[in-house]
Amino acid sequence: MSDFKTIDARDTFCPGPLMELISYMKTAQVGDTLELLSTDNGTASDVPEWIDKVGHEMISSEKIDDVWHLKVRKLK
Amino acid sequence: MRILVVGGGCGGTILANNLARRLANEIRSRKVRITMLSASDKHMYQPGLLYVAFGQMMPDELYRDQLSLLEPTIEFHVDPVEQFHLDQNRVTTKSGRTHEYDVMVIATGSRIVPEEVPGLVEGSETFYSEAAAVKMFKRLREFEGGRVAIVVGVPHKCPIAPVEVTFSLHDYFKTRGIRDKVHIKYHYPIGRIHTIENVAKWAKPEFDRIGIEYETLFNVKEVDVENQVVKSEEGTETEYDLLISIPPHRGMPVIERDQMGDGGWIPTDRYKLTMEGHDNVYVLGDTTNLPVSKTGSAAHFEAEVVAENISSIIKIGTPVRDYDGKVYCFIEAGHDRATYAMFNYENPPDLKAPNKSMHWFKMSYNKMYWTSVRGLL
Repeated sequence: MSDFKTIDARDTFCPGPLMELISYMKTAQVGDTLELLSTDNGTASDVPEWIDKVGHEMISSEKIDDVWHLKVRKLK
Repeated sequence: MRILVVGGGCGGTILANNLARRLANEIRSRKVRITMLSASDKHMYQPGLLYVAFGQMMPDELYRDQLSLLEPTIEFHVDPVEQFHLDQNRVTTKSGRTHEYDVMVIATGSRIVPEEVPGLVEGSETFYSEAAAVKMFKRLREFEGGRVAIVVGVPHKCPIAPVEVTFSLHDYFKTRGIRDKVHIKYHYPIGRIHTIENVAKWAKPEFDRIGIEYETLFNVKEVDVENQVVKSEEGTETEYDLLISIPPHRGMPVIERDQMGDGGWIPTDRYKLTMEGHDNVYVLGDTTNLPVSKTGSAAHFEAEVVAENISSIIKIGTPVRDYDGKVYCFIEAGHDRATYAMFNYENPPDLKAPNKSMHWFKMSYNKMYWTSVRGLL
């Protein structure tokens, strides 16, 4: 059964939101959905770029009250 | 009040010593007892491993007897926890003993898991253990030229290490007079050469200046040892003659075994540093799942907050401080220059140009650590 997990990477400079996502992605199962929360505006472009290159699925990206919510699905 | 500290690394030791001093009167009157459980009777200064890998420190300089670092009022056992019984406020240990607690601090740290990347153990050199650092130095001494590739596993302890080892490799080969025969290529998991934006902005022109090639969005997937090729999750590959790796890490097996956190990282409140759902359990350093660098520095500042709060709860019934995400990292920019990054949850690091005095400060800190871990600095 696929899982849903939220990664709270708000207000972090190191290791940073994308590195946090990569870290969680390693322990997730294929089919799991991860939601990354980030206050770093760069995340909105960094995450889709990596997801596209590595071959996972970008589900959604939206900014709510200064926090980016990026949902991705692990495909492999 | 029984305070149990699980783990005798940097965070656990600073916490226990700090608490023992703050609660000296309570310990003397037997109202408080502090017990530490650790897997080893030795304490390692882990940042020294980078220097061992370049022949600048000897392994025996990295160790002290753990007991010699602790306040004498702390009860110390070399007897690691085998099972946590959080609902019963007790743990059982390798020797079969049970320790009950009123407050527990978990600071069990992290471990390298290079075996999770096929070929990484056989195909690469690293400096994340004493044996590996010595082996890496011997390999560097034998190296007469060729392609050096640096790859970075995720997550990893000491986020500055990838750039530090790269600058050190440049200086090492330059000192040996063979830099022109060595091609150095750096690979990094995200889309810039360091996760801290200001470190990336500083390091990129430095890499360009000293002729270090770099590839970003490279997450190491496997190493073809026979053909000396390292491959990424993103579908690219690099040929090498010498592969240097920052291995991926996990938390300790007991954390995963007892289902206290995925990957061995315990879900932790980022300000209070309590374990989620357990107000009498604190978590320090690498063991947390916080989006904070896995460094001794973070463990140090977290330990000070937790010690102050446990002490104030005992004395006045309430905690007095939040952890603000503070981290301070030295950054060696080669063998004779250094800078630093200091930041917290709110403020990014403002990097200064590397200089010789910061390098010598770091070299001094390599000795001062033993004062720091005693909770005196």
